Amino acid sequence: MGALFLRDVRLGLRAGGGALVGILFFLAVIAVVPFGVGPDLKLLARIGAAMLWIGALLATLLGLDRLFQADRDDGSLDLLIMAADRHMLALTILVKCLAHWTVSVLPLVIASPLLGLFMNMEPAAIGATALTLLVGTPAITLIGAVGAAVAVSLPRGGLLVSVIILPLTIPVLIFGVSASYGAVEDPAPFLAPFLILAAITLFFAVLGPVAAAAALRSSAD
Amino acid sequence: MSDAVSKTGRWIDLANPTRFLSLAGGILPWLGGLTVLVLAIGFWMSMNAPDDYQQGSTVKIMFIHVPFAWLSMMCYTIMSVAALGTLVWRHPLADVSAKAAAPIGAVFTALALITGSLWGKPMWGTWWVWDARLTSVFVLFLMYLGIIALTRAMDDPAKSARATAILTLVGFINIPIIKFSVDWWNTLHQPASVLRMGGSTLDQSYLRPLLVMAIGFTLLFFTLHLMAMRNEIWRRRVTAMRRVAARSADRGTVS
Repeated sequence: MGALFLRDVRLGLRAGGGALVGILFFLAVIAVVPFGVGPDLKLLARIGAAMLWIGALLATLLGLDRLFQADRDDGSLDLLIMAADRHMLALTILVKCLAHWTVSVLPLVIASPLLGLFMNMEPAAIGATALTLLVGTPAITLIGAVGAAVAVSLPRGGLLVSVIILPLTIPVLIFGVSASYGAVEDPAPFLAPFLILAAITLFFAVLGPVAAAAALRSSAD
Repeated sequence: MSDAVSKTGRWIDLANPTRFLSLAGGILPWLGGLTVLVLAIGFWMSMNAPDDYQQGSTVKIMFIHVPFAWLSMMCYTIMSVAALGTLVWRHPLADVSAKAAAPIGAVFTALALITGSLWGKPMWGTWWVWDARLTSVFVLFLMYLGIIALTRAMDDPAKSARATAILTLVGFINIPIIKFSVDWWNTLHQPASVLRMGGSTLDQSYLRPLLVMAIGFTLLFFTLHLMAMRNEIWRRRVTAMRRVAARSADRGTVS
């Protein structure tokens, strides 16, 4: 499992792995926001957390189709599925999700404080947004594993993955943004939505890999 | 014991598409006639229902809006059961049922959203609010469309059936969220008033037409569902026959 993790991380970091494109996309989305809503710093500060979340969500969705696609192209996915009697397939997928998250989503989380500065956000809000992104984005990757596994046999499944996964990620977005706002606005609580966000991540850590394993097994034959 | 055996026997009978087709052909005229009858009675009853003292005649939108909303959730539940049928029992008609139900459910959801927004304009003063129930029903609509897109994206029905079944089951999380969204969040949409503990808060003069309309639309759903399933089976047969014909034509030119 450790070897698989390292292999996926290395493959993802290599040029052409597509991990860096996600960060560039995230930067581009955030850079476009002020053009759309105008350079009003107060307004940007207010919607900053939501914009960071939406940008991170879109950037995560963008890279999801790579989760199984490259492995399917070179045939190693079939090997992983056939090794299911030694390693549980759901566990393999969980490790693959973690590696994917480390390579292509963790940099987004690390970049988010810098982009928060661009959006003129308060330090507390920046910290809270980065923290909620850290806790919440694994849920998006884990939900996305289901979509990626379902659409893996399609020739151009990338867009379809985003479309079928987006409705399911809405709860993550809602609680992530409300926790980020809860950190700065006084009456709104921070801890309650944050804990729900963590619970969603844990819930999908179980459901996502199991469903993705079932989908991969049915697509393999 | 013998009852259980006969029950499974009946289910296996249904698994044969030819038997299913003959059964559906027998049921459909009766079901369609009953649907028209019940809907006509429900329509007549709802036209004769008294106007609300606050809402005036717009209260009658309820008689179609509420059944549509119920059916949009019921249809997804049926699709989830069919998805279980595909994955667990490998019932050959389960994926036909799920595939046929998705567009009907999407239409019912869209109608629930449209009638709701028509009702919301005079009552709330706005076509649309991002409140918990409206948003979650909108998400349900998006999921129907995603499932339809996935089903249509794959050529092989056997493969798309399992993929769609998994997606449907994952998306089932949304149904309890819709049902309880009005209890969990305090929002503009009113909380449950018909099916709730301690009896309905709705007056009898509204409840009766509403229930008749709900039964009518449920019958309409099952009629449409059976027809769509029949179409789907026929479509698959036509595809299979075309393949056989193409193969034999190919052989003919070669030899």
